[in-house]
Amino acid sequence: MVEAIGRALAQVLADDADALLMGEDIGVNGGVFRATAGLQQRFGDDRVIDTPLAEAGFVGAAIGMAMIGLHPIVEIQFDAFVYPAFQQLVAQAGRFRWRTQGKYGLPLVIRLPYGGGTKAPELHSDSPETLFSHMPGLRVVIPSDPRSAGELLLAATRCGDPVIFMEPKRMYRRGRQEVPVEFSASDLEASVVVRPGSDLTLVAYGAMVEVALAAADELAADGVAARVLDLRSIYPLDREQLLAAARDTGRVVVVQEAPRHCGVAAEVAALLQEEAADAMLAPTLRVTGLDMPFPLFQSEDQALPSVPRVLAAARAAIDY
Amino acid sequence: MRAQATGTSPAVPAGAPGGELMGGARTVLGLEPEERSAHLRGLPSGLALKLFSAMAHLRAFDERAVILQRQGVIGTYPTYFGEEAVQAASVLALEDRDWLFPTYRQTAVVTLRDCPPEVPLLLWGGHPGGWHDVMRYRVAPICVPVATNYPQAVGAAWGARLRHEGWVALAYGGDGSTSAGDFHEACNLAAVVQAPVVFLVTNNQWAISTPIAKQTRVPRLAEKAAAYGMPGVRVDSFDVFACYAAIKEAAERARQGGGPTLIEAVGYRLGPHGTADEPSLYRDPKADLLWASMEPLGRTQSALVEAGLAAPEELRELRSRAARELRDVGDRLSELPLPSLEEIADSVHRDTPWTLRPERLHEPTWARLE
Repeated sequence: MVEAIGRALAQVLADDADALLMGEDIGVNGGVFRATAGLQQRFGDDRVIDTPLAEAGFVGAAIGMAMIGLHPIVEIQFDAFVYPAFQQLVAQAGRFRWRTQGKYGLPLVIRLPYGGGTKAPELHSDSPETLFSHMPGLRVVIPSDPRSAGELLLAATRCGDPVIFMEPKRMYRRGRQEVPVEFSASDLEASVVVRPGSDLTLVAYGAMVEVALAAADELAADGVAARVLDLRSIYPLDREQLLAAARDTGRVVVVQEAPRHCGVAAEVAALLQEEAADAMLAPTLRVTGLDMPFPLFQSEDQALPSVPRVLAAARAAIDY
Repeated sequence: MRAQATGTSPAVPAGAPGGELMGGARTVLGLEPEERSAHLRGLPSGLALKLFSAMAHLRAFDERAVILQRQGVIGTYPTYFGEEAVQAASVLALEDRDWLFPTYRQTAVVTLRDCPPEVPLLLWGGHPGGWHDVMRYRVAPICVPVATNYPQAVGAAWGARLRHEGWVALAYGGDGSTSAGDFHEACNLAAVVQAPVVFLVTNNQWAISTPIAKQTRVPRLAEKAAAYGMPGVRVDSFDVFACYAAIKEAAERARQGGGPTLIEAVGYRLGPHGTADEPSLYRDPKADLLWASMEPLGRTQSALVEAGLAAPEELRELRSRAARELRDVGDRLSELPLPSLEEIADSVHRDTPWTLRPERLHEPTWARLE
């Protein structure tokens, strides 16, 4: 996935003279995950810019750049490092178009490597998507594999409004996949059925798609056909595909890595409860992270949603 | 441009509390009368009167806004009474292509770029028509809370440099804003990348009820510039000519590739923080009286007359005209229809998501499955 992201970034820089990359250690170093490896050498240090270690400052600066017509793509080094920039994103970036009565937008992409499962230190494993999907004016998008990373990143750069583009860093070097030479932008709001099924739907996104797919394999061995829906868009949710899942399968389990309270899974459950109660054969169940700081890494596997946890929820929904 | 022909202010009102605060501030109005008149007469033709007119307009706007708030036509309003000099100078010292990044205290600077005064007044009246056209005037939306505008101005200015466009950005703030992290990050970044930006900090000694001494141990805010590796300048915020010279000099340095400047326009908040504020709760009203003599319009008026650049009645007429132009502005505020909630919801994103479609704004917001 990380190579696909690098290629998509190169494609954007080559096609769009107003696009530029900013972030910590993204230049000569190519970023701590090497997503931008070689890009400064190829496009120059005016297009691939190393910033001081100050997220509020450089995210604020990116807002100013986007205001005057540049197309900054900002890399935040790790998930929790976005917190200092929270005010600039939620109190400034997300409100800009509204502050112009809809007339002007901020073409700004924030790339945010996120999530656990990589044996990283504290505050390198958070999943803060709910924060941004709750605050108005921001779109939140999360790919699950190399191809969706390239296609969604391209779409994010053309959206015209700020996009929080969250990259499940645990997937950076897993799940190799053939990708096109040139990415084409995909629909920024569309979820994708990555595995068909009619007995149950597992809704997942980011690194949890892989977990859901593995669980679906095991369910298939039991004769249960589980659909896996990769959400991709966290805000807005793909309402039609979620309602279709309810209508077609009557049972839904939502898997998220983030803490449970007020999470994406809760929003999916609320949507189905309000709009698809008639179709539901079981309550919508959640398999989530815990309402506690993400554990230090010796315990992270116990806190992350796992195949057995997803299976337990799926079987509870089937047996309801 | 006689940018250098300014002295250092001795013009501290006798007995004013913290009078030391004005020390080292550049001044024109504090010069000896002959020098002062010579400076004014040396300005480009018409500039002194233009500055005065801009100040008169800003004063008229501010007075009208306070009246409209008292009448209940607009909501709470942050008066800038006493800051007309530094604000007028900031707009006139720049070119029209330069970007401004105001806070709520500079709500009217956009009207000095020909935006109708109704627009910022509508904002305080709670109407979305109050959002001015950002691209047309090259003025960012006002920032609330303070200091968030600093990094944005740096980014815009830095972008101008990357594109070799030759314009500069100016960000406003007050003494309180210099305590915020965004101020530090913006100053640091601006200096590192040599962004063509001017940080214009009006140190009026009060952030609502918090005095400067509780804000920082560095009472001369301009000295903070040294820590970032950029020039720091102190100027009398009540002195439109000194402000003009300092801002012009900083902007031209930025334009020529000389990087950012921190300007501390020092003075005193002559009025309350806003219409909902009662300063007698936290500061000595006697201090207000001492500083009242620094009121900038009167000082400018006397200097112009003394320099022979205008007759008193001409200046009085300029002020009356400014007030007349704004007299009926309140009536015009009700002429602009309020957009529907549906229209407002449609203004948040370029491509409005389903969550904000009209049928989602009123209960029942759900739909039963067909």
